[in-house]
Amino acid sequence: MAETTGGRRWLSVADGGAVLVALIGAGLGAMLAAKGSDKVMMLHGLILATACLVAAFAVLYSGFRRPVYASAAGADGAEAYMDGPVRVATIATVFWGVIGFLVGDVIAWQLAFPVLNFDLPWTNFGRLRPLHTSAVIFAFGGNALLATSLYVVQRTTRARLFGGWLPWFVVWGYQLFIVLAASGYVLGITQSKEYAEPEWYVDLWLTIVWVAYLLVFLGTLVKRKEPHIYVANWFYLAFIVTIAMLHIINNLTIPVSWTGTKSYILFSGVQDAMTQWWYGHNAVGFFLTAGFLGIMYYFIPKRVVRPVYSYRLSIVHFWTLIFLYIWAGPHHLHYTALPDWAQTLGMTFSVMLWMPSWGGMINGLMTLSGAWDKLRTDPVVRMLVVSVAFYGMSTFEGPLMSVKAVNSLSHYTDWTIGHVHSGALGWVGMVSFGAIYCLVPWLWKRRGLYSLRLVEWHFWISTIGILLYITAMWVSGIMQGLMWRAYDELGFLQYSFVETVEAMHPYYIIRAIGGGIFVLGSLIMAYNIWRTVRGDESADTAEQPEVAAAPELRAAPAE
Amino acid sequence: MDYDSAVVVSQITALFLFITLFIGVLIYTFWPSNRAKFDRAASLPLAKDPDDFVGGGRNGR
Amino acid sequence: MKHEILEKNSILLTVAILVVVAIGGLVEIAPLFWLQSTIEKVKGMRPYSPLELMGRDIYIREGCYVCHSQMIRSLRDEVERYGHYSLAAESMYDHPFQWGSKRTGPDLARVGGKYSDAWHREHMANPRAVVPESIMPGYPFLAKTRLDYGDIADRLKALRIAGVPYTDEQIAKAKADLEAQVRPDSDAAEALLKRYPKAQVRDFDANPKMISELDALIAYLQMLGTLVDFAKFDASGPNLR
Repeated sequence: MAETTGGRRWLSVADGGAVLVALIGAGLGAMLAAKGSDKVMMLHGLILATACLVAAFAVLYSGFRRPVYASAAGADGAEAYMDGPVRVATIATVFWGVIGFLVGDVIAWQLAFPVLNFDLPWTNFGRLRPLHTSAVIFAFGGNALLATSLYVVQRTTRARLFGGWLPWFVVWGYQLFIVLAASGYVLGITQSKEYAEPEWYVDLWLTIVWVAYLLVFLGTLVKRKEPHIYVANWFYLAFIVTIAMLHIINNLTIPVSWTGTKSYILFSGVQDAMTQWWYGHNAVGFFLTAGFLGIMYYFIPKRVVRPVYSYRLSIVHFWTLIFLYIWAGPHHLHYTALPDWAQTLGMTFSVMLWMPSWGGMINGLMTLSGAWDKLRTDPVVRMLVVSVAFYGMSTFEGPLMSVKAVNSLSHYTDWTIGHVHSGALGWVGMVSFGAIYCLVPWLWKRRGLYSLRLVEWHFWISTIGILLYITAMWVSGIMQGLMWRAYDELGFLQYSFVETVEAMHPYYIIRAIGGGIFVLGSLIMAYNIWRTVRGDESADTAEQPEVAAAPELRAAPAE
Repeated sequence: MDYDSAVVVSQITALFLFITLFIGVLIYTFWPSNRAKFDRAASLPLAKDPDDFVGGGRNGR
Repeated sequence: MKHEILEKNSILLTVAILVVVAIGGLVEIAPLFWLQSTIEKVKGMRPYSPLELMGRDIYIREGCYVCHSQMIRSLRDEVERYGHYSLAAESMYDHPFQWGSKRTGPDLARVGGKYSDAWHREHMANPRAVVPESIMPGYPFLAKTRLDYGDIADRLKALRIAGVPYTDEQIAKAKADLEAQVRPDSDAAEALLKRYPKAQVRDFDANPKMISELDALIAYLQMLGTLVDFAKFDASGPNLR
């Protein structure tokens, strides 16, 4: 701990700047709250103003309370890591995860029993479904990426986060984005572009936060004390840069009024469709894949205490993956009014994408070679490894479904939903859980998790839930696709549309049960994390692997 | 440009760009003098955690 | 000195990533804007009338697109079930497009005219009253909510900036046109039909006391897929599919 002189000091220039920016934001929010041309804009102005005032107060409070250190450096002149924002994002991951999974299960039950829509505007499936997708992708997944990327970049560069207050702004600004987007959906504010539903002003806010995120990440890389940039950071950087590009271009829009929520997207029809699925598919490719591969490349080697299987393979994996992914979007538009040349390009690159995907999977799995026993002894390792197996499964299924002949059957059906969830629950969910179970004891300086046995429970419960979910969706999807194209002996379509809806009912119930089981698993995780943060220990804490403990609490030199 | 030439141009361009990039990456990856660099990089996550160089405890503020 | 090169490397990496990921989008998206053959030349397409536009905005607001596509693929069963496959031209004024990605309910690209207004009214109030096996949520509140169209002219103006060819006259008369579409046999309705050929003029929600959100939504649903006359459509042109 650094020496303190016991004195207190005035605000630094950075503190003053942060307060000033927060006050400007509060002023803007107050203006919108008073003069907004619709009620939702007024509400969102109020939320912005409140958030900015709280931020200004927090900066002032911490500025005056801060003891006088030699800036951010400790007594020995070395810089401490900045883990406050990482902790906030870690807790936010768990919090939004539980909410996002829960909303998902609610809408799954709505599809089985439509009475659960309650026929109210803010509880119907059409408004809750974007709430679910955004909550799990951007709130749960996004916070997992924020937490892990800001942690990993510091550890692998041996440098403190760049930017003073900026990392705090990124993390809390991102939570504000989530609140604005989610409350907007429920109140009917949407652009209707899937996974890009927030309206123009929320998009602008996210752009500001995202640029700050890029600055923090890149700034930390620039001042690094390691000559090489570890490959996990490449994936994180590709994720940040590409999402910025996709987000800005896909959300180009003309607001009806500068004080209103409504806008019209700049592009139309076929061009808009291509832009949207270029965005949509790469939200999968760069948000849900590249970013989480960053997690895989740091947390699996770290947890099994072995370097990655082949560093060279990881480099080839990286460049081929990011080059190929960006072309795959048109496979969402097979047989539509999109020109055939674009569809063919999309299909070709989607099939090629199989190779780098499996290269990455092999690299992750083979990292365990010589340490396969950890699969049995450490449920956290098992979670990470099973996530990679799910990644391999869904990146095999994806190219298959992008083939036009298969797509003509699978598109518009639940097969797509099943495919997405084997990736989302199996890959993104499991790898995030694994990373969180690693991170929490490390961040809160604990000797290990509260209970590894509860992780074991979480693992099995989630796995069962996922399997129920995706098998139900495979059956219902393929069945519906076949029923749509079935002909009777006289050459007429055999089934009316609603007959196919009726046939899916049992599978919708199985899916909702599977989803419910998955939610249960996430609640177990939330409990375990809460107890760990509180500092509680159970019988098995002492038995956990060395690497489960925070670095300074490991008995032997870490490795 | 008509439809057919657009097909040819886009597909050939894509193929050419991809092969160039792929070969470039392979050369970079297997360049002999890069071996040491990659070995060091691979061990980065496992390097003794420098968490302790300021004695921990300080919440990153 | 050495530090400088390293600094450059992380920037270099960022630039390299940006270049590599920009290529695919450029090659796939940019030509769609300048290849003439992307959008067929068809007769009959016109911008949405003000009431239809408000209905479309409600369709978007309620998230109808998450369960209903508006894109009939060029597959035999789809053409038999829903009608002529969708043309790119048919969504040329759709900001944003509504092709959808999932058919929990049926495709709506050509739903216009398939059902009566009375069917739609009942279906919106309680879908299971007309289709017992339906799993669609009910939207009874639409009939009870007054349509808020104070900014209709601004909406048309925003769309014109995005490229929809609304004329000055159409923008000036937006409010009058919207009100006229629920008042058949009026002079205003005649003027509306001149500006928006084939627009359907009726009291869609059968409630003469107010223009409700249901009026707008049914007006939109009843015009979907009705603008292009396929008896006159020449499919021979440069065929992209």
